[in-house]
Amino acid sequence: MSDFHTFEFTTPLTDEDIKKVHIGDVIYLTGDVVTGRDDVHHRVVKDNREVPVDLAGKAIFHAGPIMKKISDDKFKVVSVGPTTSMRMESAEAEFLAKTGVKIIIGKGGMGPKTTQGCIDNCAVHTIFPGGCAVVAAEEVVDVEGVEWADLGMPEAMWKLKVKGFGPLIVSIDSYGGNLIEDNKVLFNQRKEKALEELKGKLDFLH
Amino acid sequence: MAYDTVKCEELSELLSAFICHASGHLPDDVKAKLSELAGIEDEGFAPAIYNVMKKNMELADELGRPSCQDTGIPQFFVRAGTKWPYLDEIEPALIEAVKKATDRAPLRHNAVEVFDEYNTGNNIGHRVPWIDWELVSGSDRLEVYFYMAGGGCSLPGMAKVLMPLEGYDGIARLVFDQMTSYGVNACPPCLVGIGIAGSAEVAAKLSKKALLRPVGSHNPNPKAAKMEDDICEGLNKIGLGPGGFGGKMSVMGVNIEQAARHPATLAMGLSTACWAHRRAQISIAPDLTYEFVTHKGVTL
Repeated sequence: MSDFHTFEFTTPLTDEDIKKVHIGDVIYLTGDVVTGRDDVHHRVVKDNREVPVDLAGKAIFHAGPIMKKISDDKFKVVSVGPTTSMRMESAEAEFLAKTGVKIIIGKGGMGPKTTQGCIDNCAVHTIFPGGCAVVAAEEVVDVEGVEWADLGMPEAMWKLKVKGFGPLIVSIDSYGGNLIEDNKVLFNQRKEKALEELKGKLDFLH
Repeated sequence: MAYDTVKCEELSELLSAFICHASGHLPDDVKAKLSELAGIEDEGFAPAIYNVMKKNMELADELGRPSCQDTGIPQFFVRAGTKWPYLDEIEPALIEAVKKATDRAPLRHNAVEVFDEYNTGNNIGHRVPWIDWELVSGSDRLEVYFYMAGGGCSLPGMAKVLMPLEGYDGIARLVFDQMTSYGVNACPPCLVGIGIAGSAEVAAKLSKKALLRPVGSHNPNPKAAKMEDDICEGLNKIGLGPGGFGGKMSVMGVNIEQAARHPATLAMGLSTACWAHRRAQISIAPDLTYEFVTHKGVTL
């Protein structure tokens, strides 16, 4: 990652912070991160419900954690890795506009609607390495609480305090750059060549 | 249903420990493959990603936690010997084992009732745990395969019935298209499971069974084995790298399983397993002594 810049940010984030980062840069985040995935996006964007947490300048984490109740109103994170961000593609741009979220954390890429949403709302999409849920859990210092708990453990909004949370690799920046979509163009070119080279090798029919 | 409650309890304790261990520890063959791939990937983001993956596996082991938060929807593949003495006890023991492991591992609550759309909160739901049954003639052992397939690596799943003249190349095309779209988000390097048969549901089921075979194993049919290698080589040329960030390799391997097809159909199924392929296999004797096939030397 030596060609790219590394940033340490604390929430609330400003437009100036976000403008410093470009695709391929790495962020380590301290402060407020709130989980929200399919059902939260559905409620906020499709059902137009009021968001129960002030998300302005904060991070939304596409994640459905494993939580353990340690007392009546206190929870501990057991395991919390990113989920597939693309599932939220249809709703994310509007979600950014409604909430003022500055950093989306997830895994895999997101599409053109979110890319435009990141330009319009001066936000970024970042990727936490998938499947690395215990590393992420160890970077959570406190669970402040939960909203929309009726959605169940994976879909509820868990309010997390994090310290040095990362690596968060910037995959969409506020200038329209999209790292994974760029990769996909390359992958598709190589795919056509690889399929061409397979021709004749799988002729099992008589 | 009348069954031996004492034996059922003993069996569910063993299976619960089996599930808990599988949630935090990858099988030997997957660990070996990942360390081989980590040695090859020396450019771009790949080495950093492999380092975080390694750290995660170490932390999960040290802290005794599920290595990924998505512990999948409980699904068992059971091969029961016809001479196994406790056939009636298997299903209640599996259900009980899921409840216990959900509390103990702990597992994420992943059973959402369809239509009524609520999370049951204990991983038990309508037809869940899903149990796939096979009888093994003459055997007195119970073999249980468990595989924690997360949502991310289940999204590329598909089945399609091709016309025979589309050929095996047509199957390859569908696999490659899926891997460069959905596969990028499915926590690569994935293990790719392909089923080939006469109808969609058989091909789909075989594609999942293919994922239960060890990484690096081959189909006994030499042509199928060659197709596994050819598709694996082709996918690796795409260079998805870990997490889709690009690299020299794309997949952990390709496993194919087949059933004879109808003359007029060539059905394919695709299932993928993420790099955190939490596959586990246990073989249990009538006295409940066991062999933990996928995790050698581990005592439950």
